[in-house]
Amino acid sequence: MTMGLTRRTLLAAPSLLLGTARVRAAAVTDATGRALEIPATVARVFPAGPPAAILLYTLAPELLLGWPRANRAEECAFLLPDICARPEVGRLTGRGNTANLESVIALKPDLILDVGSTAPTFASLAARVQEQTGIPYALLDGRFDATAATYRLLGALTRRDAEPLATYAEATLTTIQGRVNRVPENERPRVYYARGPRGLETGLGGSINVETLEFLGARNVAAEQKGGLATVSVEQVLAWNPAVIVTIDRDFAANVRSDPQWAGVTAVRDGRVHLSPKLPFGWVDFPPSVNRLIGLWWLAKILYPQHFSEDMRELTRDFYWRFYHVKPSDADIDRVHAGRD
Amino acid sequence: MSRSPLPGLLISFAVLLAGLLLAFTVGRYPVGLGDLFAVLAAKLSGHASSTPAAVETVIWQVRGPRVIAASLVGAALAVAGTAFQGLFRNPLVSPDILGASSGAALGAVLGIYFSLGVFAIQALAFAGGLAAVAMVYAVGSAVAARDPVLVLVLAGVVIGALLGAGVGLIKYLADPYNQLPAMTFWLLGSLASTNPSDLIPLLGPVMIGTLILLALRWRMNVMSLPDEEARALGVSTGPLRIAIVAAATLVTSASVATAGIIGWVGLVVPHIARTLVGPDFGRLIPAAALMGGGFLLLIDTLARTAAQVEIPLGILTAFVGTPFFIWLLASVSKTWSAP
Repeated sequence: MTMGLTRRTLLAAPSLLLGTARVRAAAVTDATGRALEIPATVARVFPAGPPAAILLYTLAPELLLGWPRANRAEECAFLLPDICARPEVGRLTGRGNTANLESVIALKPDLILDVGSTAPTFASLAARVQEQTGIPYALLDGRFDATAATYRLLGALTRRDAEPLATYAEATLTTIQGRVNRVPENERPRVYYARGPRGLETGLGGSINVETLEFLGARNVAAEQKGGLATVSVEQVLAWNPAVIVTIDRDFAANVRSDPQWAGVTAVRDGRVHLSPKLPFGWVDFPPSVNRLIGLWWLAKILYPQHFSEDMRELTRDFYWRFYHVKPSDADIDRVHAGRD
Repeated sequence: MSRSPLPGLLISFAVLLAGLLLAFTVGRYPVGLGDLFAVLAAKLSGHASSTPAAVETVIWQVRGPRVIAASLVGAALAVAGTAFQGLFRNPLVSPDILGASSGAALGAVLGIYFSLGVFAIQALAFAGGLAAVAMVYAVGSAVAARDPVLVLVLAGVVIGALLGAGVGLIKYLADPYNQLPAMTFWLLGSLASTNPSDLIPLLGPVMIGTLILLALRWRMNVMSLPDEEARALGVSTGPLRIAIVAAATLVTSASVATAGIIGWVGLVVPHIARTLVGPDFGRLIPAAALMGGGFLLLIDTLARTAAQVEIPLGILTAFVGTPFFIWLLASVSKTWSAP
């Protein structure tokens, strides 16, 4: 009797397991076209880099195992405190990685999530890490205009409803694009994007650092040359003579007004040097993730004030609630807008 | 070597003059020779100039300081290279032989890593360069050896490697979206962000170091003899070596702190100067200074005009320096082999 039962159970077990697998575990294709076997429950996700950590936090914060870099106190003020305090786990992005594969395995993630370039280099690195660790490694498209699709894919990977965030992203991008398309070419300001304490690092045409600017149809003065980041001289900026300067560097924003070198630049003379908000994550550029959706509104209002009448406080509060799951006060929001720490 | 040094010095001066004229009149912002003279004349006479304000800004605030910085850095590196090549009696020595550049690099990347301001980054680079050479010297003096110069070079290599590892570590830990590009740009060398206020912390050390080396010129000539002969001529090699190392390190650190890491100038220019004016340090140091200033001016003019974006100086000097050095090795190696 007992024997029979055991035998029946044993016989049934494989089909049971297969059945469960068919019902629960799912094959999901990531953005590189690699089919991933996603386990029945995804409860622990390892973010390969800052963009992945932010993306995951916005959809399913409790799944986030830790952060590529420990957050600072001023950043945690705009994130769920217990999630924000999760440990530093390093980066796992190919050759520049700081996370150790063994410690990744020791954290027992159900999934490794990476967001960024889907070029063959990164696809093969993902495949290699997956092979070595036996943990499914999903690489999602980090391009700005792919945000909605990336959310839907993340929803499928984590079995969460990503539709609200995907729809928000889609609506934001189409709304803004629709309005920008109506702006005649000659009303689109010539913009210089300034990084570094002296503001002389800039993003060339097509660089990930100026994706928000380019999406808004602004004429990036450095776009004539294609590439990533580069250094330019003040003389070159004077020759470009941009009407607007967008910067992520507080020192530069504070000093440029009194710097005689920059006095001749129209943007400086007209007081159109704009310091980008950066809490809890940079709004314009870094890390390049969904934090740029709110940055898009901010930039759109700066570049085309007559086309964007929305209240920035309102937009910020709404975005922070949807994506960061916090309700900042008006004073907090003003502080963020001022670009202060 | 009894020929007159005058033609050589004149050639060096001509190189500097040509570099200055070209650098002042070529750039991304159109400023012609006429504008330059108009602005200069207005400044000298005290009258208001008729040139647009932007042109004046370019000349006084942007291009002028950069041109001066380029000539000072070039001169400093060449003078330091000359001094070290003489001190070590070795033509393959460059100003960073004792770790000044690696120390400055570590100081600068630390400054960037901790998000300090520009001035603090430069100060850290300067301090790092001095500290590295002091460390090398301490190690070199602690080791008792028959050939103290060789030990010094070895200590330089070892400490340089250690500091290089430190730079690697900081780059590895840096934020890849913001700090890492800044570090990379700094380590490749550039004068793109030269401010008028950068000139004083550059000019002071370069002048002091160069004047010390000029004052030591006779003793440096004696140093090229074997130690025993030098001592027989009444030159105590120990303190002299400290003075030369200190002066050369001072000028190297100041220039690396301002412009980042620029190789090859300190290696190549002393050779050119030597072929022009001979081995006497009394002429060699001024010739190297003039020539180095002119050389880096030409390189920097290329760096800022070839494209809209800056080309790192370290890359250009290597591209220009390596073929030149090979040609030099093939053609004038006799200068070094026998007096």
